[in-house]
Amino acid sequence: MTDTPVALSAAPRGTKPRKRLTPTNIMLYGTLFVAALYYLLPLYVMMVTSLKGMPEIRFGNVFAPPVEITFEPWVKAWAEACTGINCDGLSRGFWNSVQILVPSVVISIAIASVNGYALSLWKFKGSEVFFTILIFGAFIPYQVMIYPIVILLREAGEGLSLITGTKIRLMGSIWGLVIVHTIFGMPILTLLFRNYFASVPEELFKAARVDGAGFWQIYFQIMLPMALPIFVVAIILQVTGIWNDFLFGVIFTKPDTYPMTVQLNNIVNSVQGVKEYNVNMAATMLTGLVPLIIYFASGKLFVRGIAAGAVKG
Amino acid sequence: MAVTDGADVESPRTTTKRPNRLFKNMTAKLAAIPMIFTALVVFIGCTVWTIYHSFTKSKLLPAPDKWVGLDQYERLWSTRRWLVSIENLAIYGICSLVLSLLIGFVLAALLDRKIRGEGVFRTIFLYPFALSFVVTGLVWQWILNPQFGIQGVVQRWGWESFTFDPLNNPSIVIYGILIAGIWQGSGFIMVILLAGLRGIDEDIWKASRVEGIPVWKTYIFIVVPMMRPIFVTALVLIAAGIIKVYDLVVAQTSGGPGIASEVPAKYVIEKMFQAQNLGQGFAASTMMLLSVLVVLIPWAYLEFGGKGRD
Amino acid sequence: MTNINVKDLTLEFGAVRVLDKLNIDIQEGEFLVLLGASGCGKSTLLNCIAGLLDITDGEIHIGGRNVTWEEPSERGIGMVFQSYALYPQMSVEGNLSFGLKNAKVPKPEIAKRVARAAEILQIEPLLKRKPAALSGGQRQRVAIGRALVRDVDVFLFDEPLSNLDAKLRADLRVELKLLHQKLDNTMIYVTHDQVEAMTLADRIAIMRGGVVQQIASPSEVYNRPSNKYVAGFIGSPTINFFEGSITDGGGEFLSADMHFPLTGYDASQGALTARPAWLGIRPESVITGTDVDHQPFTAEITVELVEPMGSDTLIYTTLAGIPFRFRMSGKASVAAGDALKIGFDPAQGSLFDKSTENRL
Repeated sequence: MTDTPVALSAAPRGTKPRKRLTPTNIMLYGTLFVAALYYLLPLYVMMVTSLKGMPEIRFGNVFAPPVEITFEPWVKAWAEACTGINCDGLSRGFWNSVQILVPSVVISIAIASVNGYALSLWKFKGSEVFFTILIFGAFIPYQVMIYPIVILLREAGEGLSLITGTKIRLMGSIWGLVIVHTIFGMPILTLLFRNYFASVPEELFKAARVDGAGFWQIYFQIMLPMALPIFVVAIILQVTGIWNDFLFGVIFTKPDTYPMTVQLNNIVNSVQGVKEYNVNMAATMLTGLVPLIIYFASGKLFVRGIAAGAVKG
Repeated sequence: MAVTDGADVESPRTTTKRPNRLFKNMTAKLAAIPMIFTALVVFIGCTVWTIYHSFTKSKLLPAPDKWVGLDQYERLWSTRRWLVSIENLAIYGICSLVLSLLIGFVLAALLDRKIRGEGVFRTIFLYPFALSFVVTGLVWQWILNPQFGIQGVVQRWGWESFTFDPLNNPSIVIYGILIAGIWQGSGFIMVILLAGLRGIDEDIWKASRVEGIPVWKTYIFIVVPMMRPIFVTALVLIAAGIIKVYDLVVAQTSGGPGIASEVPAKYVIEKMFQAQNLGQGFAASTMMLLSVLVVLIPWAYLEFGGKGRD
Repeated sequence: MTNINVKDLTLEFGAVRVLDKLNIDIQEGEFLVLLGASGCGKSTLLNCIAGLLDITDGEIHIGGRNVTWEEPSERGIGMVFQSYALYPQMSVEGNLSFGLKNAKVPKPEIAKRVARAAEILQIEPLLKRKPAALSGGQRQRVAIGRALVRDVDVFLFDEPLSNLDAKLRADLRVELKLLHQKLDNTMIYVTHDQVEAMTLADRIAIMRGGVVQQIASPSEVYNRPSNKYVAGFIGSPTINFFEGSITDGGGEFLSADMHFPLTGYDASQGALTARPAWLGIRPESVITGTDVDHQPFTAEITVELVEPMGSDTLIYTTLAGIPFRFRMSGKASVAAGDALKIGFDPAQGSLFDKSTENRL
């Protein structure tokens, strides 16, 4: 600032002096702070509860910070918590989720990116029809399609067993769930990639074709390197979506392959034994940690991911 | 065939070798097979299969040959549990639509006022959306715990008669779930509406300032009407989410107390996979599909049908 | 009718100084055009005058009143935007009356003003339509109407014609000029189009880097540009610059092996003295044909390129070692390779100091 604040008696000059505490500003920031409190409260409560011992929870206040910080609930949640079937903690669910997540994310994005590429640059007769069905399919409740899919997976597993001569199970295994995630992730991901590739200048595609490049060459050598940002968006979208899935996990896997969310629910809502709220909250925190880390690390890309799906959805 | 003969005479050009239409663009078609499979077999095929079987007497196994007409639907609509589910869905749906849009818009408008720390506030409002419904349900189950949660704390502060125990009160349990649902999803609506607000031509704001129109009037009479398409999109997204509500209820209340917080999605899954009453599951899921169509068809008409008029 | 005074206006966005101690006085009823390349601060200045941007330092007076701290709506201005900024959900009538209703103007008065604006702008048949059902030109008329009904003395235009196609732009330009003649309001008009500026303005303020380079009548700006930037910015095709030096006593300008006599040059800063300088010659001031021999300077050139424009013809050649453009009649029949004798009066050109680039 070059000049000193202007006295009120002087003629108006320069920036209009503004009071910080106008009623408008108090209202504005007041509302925002109250709202922020509502949104932050559960995270805070989750955190402090998971760091307290059970006696402190019984006689203390949920909102009070822990008097004595203990990490025991976290250890217990990870390694010893019981689901009613087994007592080896959430770690089993965590590794199951990882095993489900990695192939699901890779396969669903690989397929959807090729779909989006074909739909935007290699349109064929009927391609738009299939795409429209795909987009409207995204609104069909999963419950409508879920039972026939169970049958399809069972039959496909038996068919594959016959062909290969070895016992292959799709239903009730991680691979069945991977297929389901690939199918239900397809509408949004295909839309994401289609819109992205449609924004690539068509001249680039034409030039490559004149140079004699084919479908896969153009995809791998020109489009893929250009599309890296949208791949990151897609990965964020899929990792959070698949990690947070509960319904498909319950239906398409067996207790020993349950993903983390299902196992978490079974631990917390199991009716046996004494309720250990601190362990429950530590387990809840643990399950929420993966998407939270992605959310805080990705920042604007997360917003872009969900908005990309929403605006044209 | 005579037709092919005629074609040959008509256009001699076809005799010069032209690649078969089917093989044109073949790689793209092959690459799109997973999509075509998903669209035709899963989305259309499975949906039709379920609708068909909702008219059959399927019990433990699908029974395509035991046609019973609307029997399953009649039974469905006379089941108390289904009626409770529908009532809950209606209350949850209407409240969550209104509240999500209201809270989402107010927060978006506040963030749009060029405030300090916009990024921080936006991060705080949106983070619950990254969490799963299971996590959401369990956290709020704990906060609303009558003994140790909000009620217990307020009572220990000295207000002995204070009661706030929605999760154990059948008549208000759905509002307990609503609190959690709004917490999880309203940030998302805020982000969409904020993007819409940012898309408003800045000159509109300048024009209204030059004319001396107060900010709130500009929002209500000018900006909100301009954002109608975005509100419609937000509405469709909320509605599609409401019908799918399942994990939240399972985690937060397991449908209890009793059957007081049952929802249709949960009814379907339990009939199909636990009660071994497939027919009821199919009929109930077909009803869910029907309610989606009620929302979706007018929207699709507005969104895509309207473009023909331009 | 109101005069506007801008005093020492400075605007900074963080460390960037967008406007730098601007001083402009605008007379009552004057049509002032702010002209400049994009990013020169012309729209920013307009927004400051309107009160849409908070200034860092300085004062703004409108009609003798210090309005520096006043809200845009209290400043007695109307504004027209490039994107029209019409309220899309309201009819034309609604657009015109919304601000007045809001200011609690009595209903009969609103009706009177809307009717008058509609009549002046000839948009009466459109009053019930929504903006989406209007053409670009009609929308812009409504946007002007919205400023008109406010019954203010100062109109601010922010590139109002830029979104229109060339033909419509020319038509509306004429209408704007007629409107100004009829209303006699003070108008400030921002544009990057020099034809608009030349045709509409009483005075043009040419801006660059947040500083006004010259503020003068269109003919003054064209004939006596205050510095080399203005000379190069105004005029199409661009002015020709010769690099060289003025001889002792200011009699001649030397460039390469050419001698340009300067007898009769109207110097702005005292008599010409010997120094390195630029000489600017407008393509329009070159003469060919029979009158050539009367010109103080003549030269034989070879035509390198001919650009027929219809109304006239542009000739490209080389003179004193630099590319040189000049304009001939559209009827001239010349071809590349032709030899031609041209002439002009260097004293009618503009001389700029080599280092300061200011007019000499």
